Formats: sequence, structure tokens, C-alpha cells
Amino acid sequence: MTENEPLILGIETSCDETGIGIVRGQTLLADAVASSVDEHARFGGVVPEVASRAHLEAMVPTIRRACETAGVQLSDVDAVAVTSGPGLAGALLVGVAAAKGLALAIDKPLYGVNHLAAHVAVDTLEHGDLPKGCVAMLVSGGHSSLLAVEDITDGVLPMGSTIDDAAGEAFDKVARVLGLPFPGGPYVDKAARDGGDRLYVTFPRGLTSQRDLERHRFDFSFSGLKTAVARWVEARRRDGEDVPVNHVAAAFQEAVCDVLTRKAIDACKDRGYEHLLIGGGVAANSRLRQLAEERCTEAGIAVRVPRPGLCTDNGAMVAALGSELVRAGKSPSPLDLPADSSMPITMVVN
Amino acid sequence: MLLAFDTSSAAVTVALADPDTGAVVASSTVVDALRHGELLAPAIAAALQEAGCRPADLTRIAVGVGPGPFTGLRVGLVTARTMGDALGIEVAGVCSLDVLARQSSLALPVAVATDARRKEIYWALYDGPAADGSRRRLEGPAVNRPADVASVLAGLPVIGRGAVLYADVLGLSGGDVDEFPSAEVLAVGVATGTLPVVAPDPLYLRRPDVTMAGAPKSVLPK
Ligand SMILES: [Zn+2]
Repeated sequence: MTENEPLILGIETSCDETGIGIVRGQTLLADAVASSVDEHARFGGVVPEVASRAHLEAMVPTIRRACETAGVQLSDVDAVAVTSGPGLAGALLVGVAAAKGLALAIDKPLYGVNHLAAHVAVDTLEHGDLPKGCVAMLVSGGHSSLLAVEDITDGVLPMGSTIDDAAGEAFDKVARVLGLPFPGGPYVDKAARDGGDRLYVTFPRGLTSQRDLERHRFDFSFSGLKTAVARWVEARRRDGEDVPVNHVAAAFQEAVCDVLTRKAIDACKDRGYEHLLIGGGVAANSRLRQLAEERCTEAGIAVRVPRPGLCTDNGAMVAALGSELVRAGKSPSPLDLPADSSMPITMVVN
Repeated sequence: MLLAFDTSSAAVTVALADPDTGAVVASSTVVDALRHGELLAPAIAAALQEAGCRPADLTRIAVGVGPGPFTGLRVGLVTARTMGDALGIEVAGVCSLDVLARQSSLALPVAVATDARRKEIYWALYDGPAADGSRRRLEGPAVNRPADVASVLAGLPVIGRGAVLYADVLGLSGGDVDEFPSAEVLAVGVATGTLPVVAPDPLYLRRPDVTMAGAPKSVLPK
């Protein structure tokens, strides 16, 4: 890290985390996150208005915390980057307005960036420059996508995505069926690791039949899997039998990870890429990491997965993408930048 | 320099004024209920440019804290808070209905009613003006159906968008009323200390809408 690399502050509010990240070049200086997840837990999902209110309250304290950790003043910041989409409209708007207020006050450029592209860019903070050409698999409660990335500052090419539930959503729903807390991902993972038998039941692998592959080679479907698990569990309970939570969690998780890794590797082969990058909250899943490593090694593909803390939504990823955009000399966004809840993935900066 | 703005109504209104006298040097108002997030920052930048000021010249920020539709209201509040924090200057909050009350030149007690959507109004009652132009709030702010508070507002001149939307229910004869808060009036009131200042916290007056997730639905074939 050198002092003359640009100092970028990133703001993330697309869902329930208020994230403020500060990077210099590709060096992470601060990653402050305030989460309203506890306020949503009792509702079993994110409540948009609750999230928006929490973003407003957390914004200034989180900015302060990030500056303190990084040991910088706001006046030192060279550019402000913010998630301008996709995400919850009202939640995005709080972050975008905050970023504009900040950019205005310190008289520095503003970059409205794509949340998904930021999930890819965050890996630069851990592993340096992105490979020239890689497949990025983004899996979280909000997204499940396979993207071809040549140069993250130029755009990404969508290869496939979920046609129904996001992978993380399936984890949440299955957790509920199994009586595990929200958000479901970490609890399902833990239950599976506590002696769960992955082969106890074979749950369906969506969109993997020959017929489905013709139309949906790189797409995902987790709705059928979720229903299959719910049906299996309910039938057990109806018959008065115990539900082996650990085994069901492991078998469900195996079905998800099997499909994800198979399709990701197929996507790499299709593009001729030797790198697979995994991001999003589900990338924290231990089985997904393990299976990806195993299968990619076999296929001669290098896997890049940022550490779990950087995989979930945070401000560091937004700052990381902002930093790449500044480095590449991309033009900043205008002050009338909108929050775009359905911002297309092909658009990296707005 | 004092920067004042309000996003609690369908209008995005911005003013730049002398922090002691409230003399306005630049201002703008645009009515577009759906684009607060896009309009506010450029309007602030334009006001600064028109006045030949830099952001660092700002010494205080005044912001309307509502009540008003949440999404737009938050745009103003988060902008004020982050700017204030970055510049290290005070952010003064003012109840947006108080601003509207100040916009009435009538030497009489007045009511303010604004559009709360869902067929409701945000409202408050005010005393007649004091010598310095200030008005004491007697009741509110609150949110109700117009018909439920018509008797409370009866006989009073009503200021604000609610007077236009619900003239019938409120028994108003119509005529010219200011429909939206003005940042110029907000700036003057804060500069001269004739509008009560509060923390820059939103006046939501309603709990968030939440749909509780029920027990998992049965997925077995019936
Ligand atoms: Zn995400």
C-alpha cells in the first residue's frame, strides 16, 4: 500500500446490513457493518421498512466507526462509492442519499455501483488483481448467479441465474421447516457438520436433467428442492417419526452444493476460464467451499473465495469496486444518480 | 452559510441563507413525489453554485423532520446527517408542519394538514402568530383520517396539501393555500430562532408495516 493510492469509502445498504468500508488501493482499512438482522429474525425474513429505518439510524455511527478503524478523516477520502442497485428500493435509497451527502460535503466524486459486481470485486482485497477471465458464482439470500467476468470495471456477462428461489432463500426456508433459526445458512451448515449424513436422503437436483440442461444449462432452481425437503419432513412428522435434523440438513446442503459446483465448473469449461470466484453469503458455507475445492482441483480450475466476512454484504466490497473503477479511470456518476432496485448486472457503474 | 431543505412532502425544497438574518441567497423547489433521491443533491449543488459558495462554507444545516411519507423523508434526513457529520456542523431538525404554519400570513390560529397517503392526513394546530412571526403548536403532530379530526379543525384556516385533497371532508371553502413546506421559510425560521429546533430524527408517527411470517404451509398433497 502506498499513500498515493486513492482512498475510497464504500456504502452498502441494499438489504439489512448498513456497511461502510474503507480501502486504499486494494488494501482494506476498515469494514464496519451494522446489521438489523435481529429486528427481522422474528418475522422470518427482511422487512423492508424496518431495514430502511435501521439504515438511517446506523449510517453516521457506522461511517464514524469505519473512519476510526481506518485512522482516516472523511476529508482524506478521494471518492465515495455506493451500491445503487439491485436491492430493496427504500433501503438502497438511504445509502445513495448518504453517499451523495458525503460526496457533496467533501467535494469528491461519487460512484453508484452494482451490488453483484461488488461481490466479485471484494476478492481483490484478499487475493489481489482479479484473473483476466473468470467465472463468478454469487450465491446469497438475494442472488444465485453465474457470471463471466473479463474485466470487472467493464461489465460482466450473465451466464445463468436462479429461475425461482435464491440459494440462500432455500437455506432460510429449509431452516424454518427444520425448526432452525433465521438466517438459516449458518444453522443448516452447523447442523450438517454435527454428524449429518449427506447421503441419508437424496434430494432432487434442480435443472440437471438432460432436458433441462438444454434450456437452463447455467440456471438454478431451488424451489423444487425446498418443497421436497418440506414434504419429506412433514411426512415423517405425520407418521409420528422423529426428524433427523442433522441428516436432513446435510442432505439438503449436499443437493445445493452439488448443483452449484457442477454448474460453476461447467461454466468455466464453457468459457475456457481457469478461475472460479465464489461470493455472496452462501459462499461462507463450509460444504460449498470444500466441494468447490475438490471438484475444481480435479478439473484444473483455481478457486478464489474471499474469507466469510467479506462474502456477506458489506461496505468493503463496494469500496473495493469503487477503487477498481477509479484505478481504471472510469467516469463517476452524476449527482442525480437513482437507486435502481433492478439494476441489470451488465451495468457495473451507474 | 445556512443550508435548509425539506423532503417531507411531494416537493424537494432547498434554500441557502445567511445564518444570522435568514436572508435567502439561493433557493429552488421542485414537485415530484417519486424522485426525492434524484433531485435533492443536485438542487443543493446548484444552490451552492448559484451563491458562489463551497460546501466548506456551510456553517449549519436545517432539515424538515416530517411527518411525511417515509421514503422521501429519509432522503432529506440522511443527507443532512451525513453532510453535517462530514462538515462537522450542527444539523437542526424542524417539524415540517411548523414550517407550513409559518407560511400562513393570517393573524389567526391555523391548522396544518398534509398528505399522509392511505386516505389519512398529518395534522397539527397552531396559535395566532407572535410579534416575531412564530406560532406555538397547540396540538399534534398526529396522523388521522380527515373525517375523524374534522371537528377539531373546524373553523380554522387549514394550510398544506391536506386542505386541497380533503377540502370537502374538512369543510373548507378552498382558496389559495401553501401546499408544501418551503425551505426559504425553514431557513429564515431557524436563522432567526423563530422555529423550534429539534434533533434531526424522523417523525414517522406510524409503525412500520410488517407481515408476520406464519407457520410453514403444508406442502403434502391433500
Ligand atoms: Zn449481496
